[in-house]
Amino acid sequence: MRAGISRGENIKMAMKKLTYPYESCWSNADELLLYLETGTWRTSRPKVDKEKCNYCGLCALYCPPQCMIDKGDHFEPNLEFCKGCGICARECPRKAITMVREE
Amino acid sequence: MVKQMRKHETRVITGNACAAYAVRLCRPDVVALYPITPQSEVVEQLTRFKADGLLDAEMIEVEGENSAMNAVTAACVAGGRVFTATASYGLAFMYDAMMQTAGFRAPVVMVNVNREIPGIHAVSAGQQDLISVRDIGWLQIIVEDDQEIIDAIIQAYRLAEDYEIQLPVMINYDGYYLSFSAEAVKIPMIEDVDEYLSILKKQPQRLKLEPGKSMGAGSHGLLQTYTELRYKHMAAMERAKAKFDAIDKEYGDFFGRYYGGQIEEYRTDDAEIILVTSGSATGTAKTVVDAVRENGQKVGLVKIRMYRPFPRERLTKVLQDRKAIGVLDRSVGFGWNCGPMYQEIRALTPEIGKVPLMSFIDGLANMDITIPNIERMIRDIQAAAEGKPYQETTWVSLEE
Amino acid sequence: MKEIRIHGRGGQGAVTAARMLASAFVIEGKYVASFPMYGFERRGAPVQAFTRVDDKPIREKTQVYNPDCMVVIDPTLLKLPTLFAGLKPGGILIVNSSNFNTQADKNLQIAGVVDATKIAVEEIGRDIPNTCLLGAFAATTQWVSLDSIIKCLSEYLSGDMLQRNIRSCERGYREVKILRWQ
Repeated sequence: MRAGISRGENIKMAMKKLTYPYESCWSNADELLLYLETGTWRTSRPKVDKEKCNYCGLCALYCPPQCMIDKGDHFEPNLEFCKGCGICARECPRKAITMVREE
Repeated sequence: MVKQMRKHETRVITGNACAAYAVRLCRPDVVALYPITPQSEVVEQLTRFKADGLLDAEMIEVEGENSAMNAVTAACVAGGRVFTATASYGLAFMYDAMMQTAGFRAPVVMVNVNREIPGIHAVSAGQQDLISVRDIGWLQIIVEDDQEIIDAIIQAYRLAEDYEIQLPVMINYDGYYLSFSAEAVKIPMIEDVDEYLSILKKQPQRLKLEPGKSMGAGSHGLLQTYTELRYKHMAAMERAKAKFDAIDKEYGDFFGRYYGGQIEEYRTDDAEIILVTSGSATGTAKTVVDAVRENGQKVGLVKIRMYRPFPRERLTKVLQDRKAIGVLDRSVGFGWNCGPMYQEIRALTPEIGKVPLMSFIDGLANMDITIPNIERMIRDIQAAAEGKPYQETTWVSLEE
Repeated sequence: MKEIRIHGRGGQGAVTAARMLASAFVIEGKYVASFPMYGFERRGAPVQAFTRVDDKPIREKTQVYNPDCMVVIDPTLLKLPTLFAGLKPGGILIVNSSNFNTQADKNLQIAGVVDATKIAVEEIGRDIPNTCLLGAFAATTQWVSLDSIIKCLSEYLSGDMLQRNIRSCERGYREVKILRWQ
């Protein structure tokens, strides 16, 4: 530590423990969407009946964290993030989604 | 005033509940509240009091904090005792209304639960919100623990409504660390608070809006009048310093708890180095000061309790003849690369002399100001006192 | 001074448990400070709550880094590698589990194990295991009496809910299995 250093130089001293890659609060959603295993928070999970699903996409539109995965002819929840809120089951017009308790 | 300890009710409640209990004791006429983390329990508890018939105030359910401040200011100018509470984004939303309150010299009392300001989204403790409004003419008090929340709010009404002051008062306490922290607190009896505040009734009564009378509040200020009104506002803030010291002493005589007035001087008599703190970190810092003193090191602590007006005279006095001083800020002084309270204490250099003065920035967004952190600060101040090279600003959590 | 760290998920009553514990200690004439720390205030998200108790006023306003005792309300949290961080030597654990039996940390000396979920569902009708664990806490640590805990429950609950939680708490006290390691 040096004495009498100018205030501009103080900023350099503090650059030791900077780990965030951006200058301000941006985040690259491909890499870092506040990656938390929010899937561990749920107490029930959505179960999609592929036969009943007509691929309308409403569940994906309504899902708050957008974790419905497009499987080409139906949708499935991303269980890493799905918090089990049940909105998809509620909104599905074909009643193709049921909420099942987690064990 | 009797010298024996008055009767109190002991409860284990959170800081937010303490605020609500204290406000209830002061019998406000109008309360307008909007919830925001970490203050929501204040709204809930006061509304519960009203529903249970324990609070006889008009509760105005507003759609936002801007309306809350406008509503209570209007009620206050009409002669009522009022209350509101907010934090962070809510404080920002009522910004223009708050300036009006101060300009009107309306003695509104508000609780601001300290949370980081908008910009980088955080639902966490930090003092930037109170710092962001330090220049609009409000009185600002910062408290250390749950008991002080209760006592400071009662003192706030005594101070704000004093005929010689007539200024709005903001009581600040840290979100999470105090708002959600539960301790056993002593709650005064409402009859005693009535008696304590009754002195206000014996003073000349302030101007207020009255039906049929021609007095109006909030006129245009032009030229010389504007300047004169600013001068009077500043003069009132100056008077608030000695007044607050006197009020705190009076409160201590009445209820048995005294906090030192504008600042608390903790083990400063023979201290060679001093750490200046505010808010909940003060409690932690006092534990460290005691531990360090056990080893013979002469360290003292100064707690800034009244931040606006800045306790210039008392700080000048207590910071004289020290070997080094450190200031802990739970906020940043944009444009100065140091803490804001450090910045203001630095302005005392002509009076306290060119002594090593250090800024420590810590505790932003719920980063704990831990015991090792404070031990580190005291070590650094001590090193500076011994003539070793030191850096002016330390971002403690970035340099671990 | 004793420092207690309570681990749970939002909705399980961790924060309330820390405060109930604080109230119980106050009944016995102690000084307390208790507060929570959560990132996301919602059901299911991890939450910690801290309670400090001492014979003199407590001034520290920091999280508890070196608990003397940990209370784990949600057994799925046991999977977290950092759960036991800072546990003091001779540390005590109170855990809601039906099968916990290993010395999960080198500083863990005593564990009070009780299937609080089962007891809560039986007595209260819902999976709110906190009051049961408080009973287990009293039995395992002996730092506070069951009587004080039951007395303080009435500050937080009333009527039928109060009676159910008292029963859950008493069962936690009686049915906790206390394990010890050297």
